[in-house]
Amino acid sequence: MSNAMLLFSLAWRNLWRNRRRTLLILFAIVLGGWAMIVMAAFMRGMVMQVFDDTIENLTGHIQIHHPGYLDDPVIDYNFSIGPDLEKVLSDSAIAHWASRIRIPAVVASERESVGVMLLGIDPDREAKLSFLEESVVEGKYFSSDEEKGIIIGKKLADRLETQLGRRVVLMSQDRTNQLRDGGFRIVGIFDAPLEMTELSWVFLTRKQAAEFVALGDQLSEISIRLKEPENSEALSIKMSDSLKNLDVKSWHKVDPFLKVMVEVYDSSAIIWHLIVFLAMAFGIVNTMLMAVFERTREFGLFIALGLKPRFILGQVWLEGILLILVGLAVANLVSWLTVLATGDGIDVSAFARGMEMIQMSNIIPFVITQKDLVIANVTVIVLGVLTGLYPAWKASRLVPADALTRV
Amino acid sequence: MNTTTVMAWRNIWRNPRRTILTMLAIAFGAALLVFSVGFQLGQYDLMISNSVRVYQGLLQVQREGYQEEPKLRTSIENAIEVAKQVRDSSSFAGVSTRANGFALLSSEQRTYGVAITGVEPNHEKQVSTIPGLVKQGRYLDQITANELVIGASLAKNMRLKLGDEVTLLGTGRDGSVAAAILPVVGIFESGSRDLDRSLVQIPLQTFQEIFAMGTHAHSIVIFDERIDQVALFQQHISSLLPNEGLTTLRWDQVQPGLKEMIELDYSSGWFTYFILVAIITFSIMNTFLMAVLERTREFGIMLALGFKPFSIGKMLIIEAFFLTLIALLFGTALGLAVNTYFYFYGLSIEGMEEMAAMFNMPSVITPQISLKSITMGPLVILGFTLLAALYPALKIRRLEPVEAMRHV
Repeated sequence: MSNAMLLFSLAWRNLWRNRRRTLLILFAIVLGGWAMIVMAAFMRGMVMQVFDDTIENLTGHIQIHHPGYLDDPVIDYNFSIGPDLEKVLSDSAIAHWASRIRIPAVVASERESVGVMLLGIDPDREAKLSFLEESVVEGKYFSSDEEKGIIIGKKLADRLETQLGRRVVLMSQDRTNQLRDGGFRIVGIFDAPLEMTELSWVFLTRKQAAEFVALGDQLSEISIRLKEPENSEALSIKMSDSLKNLDVKSWHKVDPFLKVMVEVYDSSAIIWHLIVFLAMAFGIVNTMLMAVFERTREFGLFIALGLKPRFILGQVWLEGILLILVGLAVANLVSWLTVLATGDGIDVSAFARGMEMIQMSNIIPFVITQKDLVIANVTVIVLGVLTGLYPAWKASRLVPADALTRV
Repeated sequence: MNTTTVMAWRNIWRNPRRTILTMLAIAFGAALLVFSVGFQLGQYDLMISNSVRVYQGLLQVQREGYQEEPKLRTSIENAIEVAKQVRDSSSFAGVSTRANGFALLSSEQRTYGVAITGVEPNHEKQVSTIPGLVKQGRYLDQITANELVIGASLAKNMRLKLGDEVTLLGTGRDGSVAAAILPVVGIFESGSRDLDRSLVQIPLQTFQEIFAMGTHAHSIVIFDERIDQVALFQQHISSLLPNEGLTTLRWDQVQPGLKEMIELDYSSGWFTYFILVAIITFSIMNTFLMAVLERTREFGIMLALGFKPFSIGKMLIIEAFFLTLIALLFGTALGLAVNTYFYFYGLSIEGMEEMAAMFNMPSVITPQISLKSITMGPLVILGFTLLAALYPALKIRRLEPVEAMRHV
């Protein structure tokens, strides 16, 4: 034990024998560690934001449809809530759920017409599930099922050259393939992070929508939000088993792109860690080797005095490990401060239309998760310990007589 | 070669291991930068040429305001004539007129609201790849014919087959009802999800008749392979236009999203490169600094022999320059070799197809090999390392010969 303490304090003191050199390489390690953690946090922030937006954007964690609907989202593929479904929906893992009618339609003003997706929603249930209620910026959200009127996006209102309080005409196919049209007053206008959302969705209460296309109690979609999002896949499989004639899908399946994106970011973070580490490693080895060679005489003396070579190996190795640990600790601290300093995130609205194209909004938060932090730190420690072995091994191989006579 | 240069060259080989390790760090950085910059630029090239080639054209002439709010009334009068003027004035690969409207399209079973485009069939082939991607039937033929081609996904959703008739119902330019019944003569598959799901084309004069457009249309699309000369073309075309509120837009003005996406990627790319170069520079600075500090005695003697601090500093800079240059040559060659391989065989990333199709990006990427993509990264490294060498070189000036010679 006292040996280990001795080794430790020797290594620590050796590290500071050449303060400038140690500080320079420490700076490189801190910079590298900081870049790893902050980049990972930035990427994680991006992924999490897209994830949250998608889940909030009507997707939910799990969706239930008629088996033909996802492939061909039209009115013909509908279903109703039977006893089986009712039982499944009362599962304790479910936080909220909402039923919807969701069919293609055309909305027209006096001047323009635009193709949209018409959503008939249950106002109370929907408010707990998706973005709509808090996104209404003009007029107001539906207060009850009985309310009349339509809520459209800001961009759509511009495109139609219409405004709150004016009427628009909706056209859609009903269950018998007949084209129906009806006038609705605009009671709310919503503002969403993505223009596509504002342009492509219009909302009615489910009661109005059902009347409009003669759908009765039938639904196009049930969207479910879970208490624990991690359970999405397992629970969707379980639900699928008890609902034989319905299509139950977790977000992984509804939005395969989102899943790919999460995976791509995970693997690119690790590649980034490795590249940064490699860049640091050359510097670490070089610095350590220098430190070893200028102490050749000292090591020669140690060995001549009877110290075992492995003691020298251990000592130099420990110096390297200490160097990395100190650098890493500072890097973590600086990263944490960076994230604190940026607050809500980085504003990239200079590239707003580019972000829109990759379906992201303009503020990207830094998100440091425990997992990412562990991955970055473990990568550096494991690889650092291995890297430090080379100069340590070199030091332990010195021949005492040669080493002593060298200047 | 003068003495300073020879001394510098010999000095860097006094400690071969240290020199080689430092060189490896620099070479690694250079290879990595050449590799990634090449791929980054290559990907942008592909994205741009993809979108320019498939549908949007290199330039578009539109009425002012149409780009921001595409409305039926914001149109170009005598559009076909204007297009002809542009076509005759220069040797563009293709010039074609388009008109865009919105209508309810009904098949026997389904009704969808879709965007409808009127095109000049014989000229559209030169500005877009869509006519060549018709997988069933044929492309449009006469500019006055009553017929229509449709994207594969939309045809599937509408349950349409070749020869089926569709009913078109919309609003004309003057507010009248626009209606027609047209047969499907072709179904195309472009590979771009957006286009296959939303594009319907009919002959331009048929469009003008249905939508009461007269001689009006909305855009004149110009395509050419010479993407780098786009600014020149823009000037040329602008000078041709009758000066009545028409404007010529480059591809990056027609699709600002694509351009900003590229810029965003470019700047985040440079952030990562900058960090890498900075880490490498710190490692190198250490080596340089050590090489100088352990030679204090030697410098003392040199000073005593009458060397000017300036020429010793110069020697140190030359040492750094040699070392960096050799390393950069190796690193750049390595990066270039890797990129050349992928230039011929392409790099496809597993699982990326989904993402690529969604954003109309190529799923197989080939790097750009150009003077810019090869030299940009290494030059930045050279600049940084010389900067790192400056610090120890300047320190020489503060050495006192006698004191320095006593230094152990």
